[in-house]
Amino acid sequence: MLLEFRWHGRGGQGVVTAALLFARAAVNKGLYALAIPFFGAERRGAPVVAFNRISDKVIRMRSSVKRPDFVAVLDPSLLGLVDVAGGLKLGGTLIINGSKETAEEFVEKVGKRVAVVDATGIALELGLKLSGYALANMPMVGAVARVSGVVDLDALRKAVYDVWDGRVADSNWAGVERGFKEVKIFG
Amino acid sequence: MREFLTGNYAAAYGVKLSRVEVVSAYPITPQTSVIEKISEFVEKGELKAKLIRVESEHSAMAAVIGAAFSGARAYTATSAQGLLYMYEMIWWAAGSRLPVVAGIVTRAIAPPWSIWTDHSDFMTLRDAGWAMLFASSAQEVLDMTIQAFKLAKELMLPVAVGWDAFITSHTAEPVEVPPQEQVDYFLGEKKKSPAAVDFENPFAHGALAFPKDYPKFREDIHRTLKAAGEVYSNIERRYYEATGRERYGLVEEVFCEDADAVMFIMGAAAGDAIHAAGELRRKGLHVGVARIRSIRPFPRNEVEKIARRASKVIVFDRSYSLGFGGVLATEVRSVLHEEGVDTPVISVTGGLGGSDLSPEYFEKIFLKGLGV
Repeated sequence: MLLEFRWHGRGGQGVVTAALLFARAAVNKGLYALAIPFFGAERRGAPVVAFNRISDKVIRMRSSVKRPDFVAVLDPSLLGLVDVAGGLKLGGTLIINGSKETAEEFVEKVGKRVAVVDATGIALELGLKLSGYALANMPMVGAVARVSGVVDLDALRKAVYDVWDGRVADSNWAGVERGFKEVKIFG
Repeated sequence: MREFLTGNYAAAYGVKLSRVEVVSAYPITPQTSVIEKISEFVEKGELKAKLIRVESEHSAMAAVIGAAFSGARAYTATSAQGLLYMYEMIWWAAGSRLPVVAGIVTRAIAPPWSIWTDHSDFMTLRDAGWAMLFASSAQEVLDMTIQAFKLAKELMLPVAVGWDAFITSHTAEPVEVPPQEQVDYFLGEKKKSPAAVDFENPFAHGALAFPKDYPKFREDIHRTLKAAGEVYSNIERRYYEATGRERYGLVEEVFCEDADAVMFIMGAAAGDAIHAAGELRRKGLHVGVARIRSIRPFPRNEVEKIARRASKVIVFDRSYSLGFGGVLATEVRSVLHEEGVDTPVISVTGGLGGSDLSPEYFEKIFLKGLGV
C-alpha cells in the first residue's frame, strides 16, 4: 500500500503544518509516513505545496509527488490559478475548502470525485486565526483523513496533542474533528 | 523511542545524545533548524553545551577548533556559501588533527542563488583531510551524527556528515531515537584527544614546517583516511551492537548481487533510484543500486567488487567538477582502472540546484545503461 497526497495553499495558511500533522497521525496508526514540504522563496500569500507519502512499509522515495491519490486545496482562490487536479490519479479525490457549488463545478470540470468542507467557516467560528487570517488547515486535515480513510479520529487526536498543548491544542483539535465530520463527497 | 523528525531535527537529537559540549554556528538556509533545535535543547537544560554565537562561518569553525583544542566535543553545521566562508578553517581542523564534527546540509552554490540541494558544496571537502559521510534519510542523519563523533575520535580527524537540503533536511519521517544509555555505552568514556592542549606537556601546534618536514604531515592524514574504511565498519558494528540499528557498510547494496547494470549514487535520491530498480526488476530487468555512504574513506574494495560483477556501471553525480565531469564517476573510474576492472562506466550528472529526481527519471537512465 502506498498513498500519495498533495496539499495546496498559500504561504501562511499552514500547508506544511497540515502535511506534518497528517503524517504524524498516520504514524500513530502504525503506518510509515513522510511529510515533504516544498520550500521556495516563501512569503505570505504565495501559492505553496507540500506532500505526504503513506505506506505500511518504509518509504525510500524522497522526490516530490507527481501522481497523487488525494489533493487537498486549503484556499479556494487557488482553483483558477493553479492546476490543482494536475496528475491526480484516476479514482483520486480532490478535497476542497469550499461550498457544494464549488464541488459540483469541479466534478463537471475535471471529472473526478470531489469532497468539500467549509474549512474557512469552521476556522472562523473556532477562532483559528493568525494575524487576522483564517487557518483552514486543521479542518482540512480532518477532511482529508475522513475522505482517504487512512487515519481515524483517535490517531488525529493524539497527533494534535503531541504537537500542541493547552488552549491551542483544544481549538486545533476542535477544527480537525469538525472537518472530519462535516466533509461531504460529490461525484 | 520513535519520534517524528525532520533530517535537521534528527541531527540535533544526534548531537544531544552525543553529549556535545560546544556548538558554534551561523544560520543559513537550509541548515538553520539544526541549530535552532540544539539551542532549544540547551535552553531547556537537556544538553549541557556552550552555544557560541558568531558573526560568520569562518568564526564558527574557528570556535569549534578552539573548543577541540581544549579537549571538548564540538559540533557545527552549515551549507553552501557558509561552508565556503569557513573553508580556510576547514583545512586547519584537519591539519591540526582535531576531532570536530560538522553537519553539511548540502545546497547548491551561488551564483545564481539557489537554496535547493546538490552536492557541490560537500565535494569541496574532498581534498581537505576530512572523513566524509553522507546520509539519505533522517534516521541515517541521526545514526551517522553519533557515529561521526566516535570516528573523529578514532581517526583524530574532523568528520563531515552530509544530507540533502529539504528532501532530507525538512522532510519529516519516523525516526528511532536510541536511549541515552545506549549512546553513552557506544561512545564510551570521554578521553582527552592527543591533539588537545595539555599544560603538563606543552607542545607547539601549527608552527612553520620546513620542506623536509611538511610532507610527513600530509602523508599521515592520507594514510589514516585511506585505512579509515575498516575503522568505520567497526564503529558501525559497535553501534549496531549498542542500539540494534541497521548496518550498511560504506556502500549500501540493493539488488546488486545479480545485476547487469549497477548505479552508484549518493544521498536522498538513492531512494528514488532504488524504487526505479524495483519497478524494472518486476519487468525482468536486472538492475541494482549501490548507495555510497562515504566519500572519504572512499569505498575502494566495495566499488571494485560490485563493478566486477556487473556488465555496466552507471555513476550518478549530483555535482560537477566543472570542465571535467562527475566527481564520483571520476573516482569510480580511477579505482576500476587501478584494479584492472574493465566494466564500462557511464557517467550521468543531474539533480543540480534541487532539480527533482523521480523514479521515472532513474528508470530511463537504467534503460539507457542497459541499451534497452
